[in-house]
Amino acid sequence: MNRLIRLFAAGALALASTSVLAAADLQINTPAIQQIRQDLHNHFHDLREYLASGAVGLTWDGMLAVRDASLIPLDQRQAVSALVADDNQDRHALYREIARANGHPEWEQEVRDTFAQRWIERARPGWWYQKPNGAWVQK
Amino acid sequence: MNKLLLSLAMLGLLAGCVTINIYFPAAAAEKAADKIIDEVWQLKQPQGGDAAKPAGQPVQSKGEDKP
Repeated sequence: MNRLIRLFAAGALALASTSVLAAADLQINTPAIQQIRQDLHNHFHDLREYLASGAVGLTWDGMLAVRDASLIPLDQRQAVSALVADDNQDRHALYREIARANGHPEWEQEVRDTFAQRWIERARPGWWYQKPNGAWVQK
Repeated sequence: MNKLLLSLAMLGLLAGCVTINIYFPAAAAEKAADKIIDEVWQLKQPQGGDAAKPAGQPVQSKGEDKP
């Protein structure tokens, strides 16, 4: 009986330590993730004026989209849409890498959902974001 | 002996539950997201202060005379 109790105690301890592990910070400092963070920052430098004008908006699923191309001077349209595509590739990689760096590739969708919500939450006044039904709203 | 086997089985079951039930750490993910968003959008001034200059060209007047 004593042994049984000890075994359960060990089990409970394992359970407790797992909970502690799950409550800790997520790993976001691998070289791959650092590189993506830097890239996203560099993109933002070029994209901020288009976010401010409403030409580019934040989608409901954690990406960027050209919302209204008519707000972009004709000779810049192609460059902006290439930049948005580039940025989205990095966003996709960011969500995947965070899930993977934390040992749970299957978390990718949840990581993306969390980011989607936070990007919109923290968007600056005047920027546009998309609702899950596809409608665009100005912050 | 039987009891030992039973407890081992129970322990295995418990371990199984732990593996299956690892939940997505939503609070930690939000914290991580906010940290990255701050950095990408520079909502917070970085410690150095250097990278947070406004978009304009910093005017340097060091008197470097170019020939």
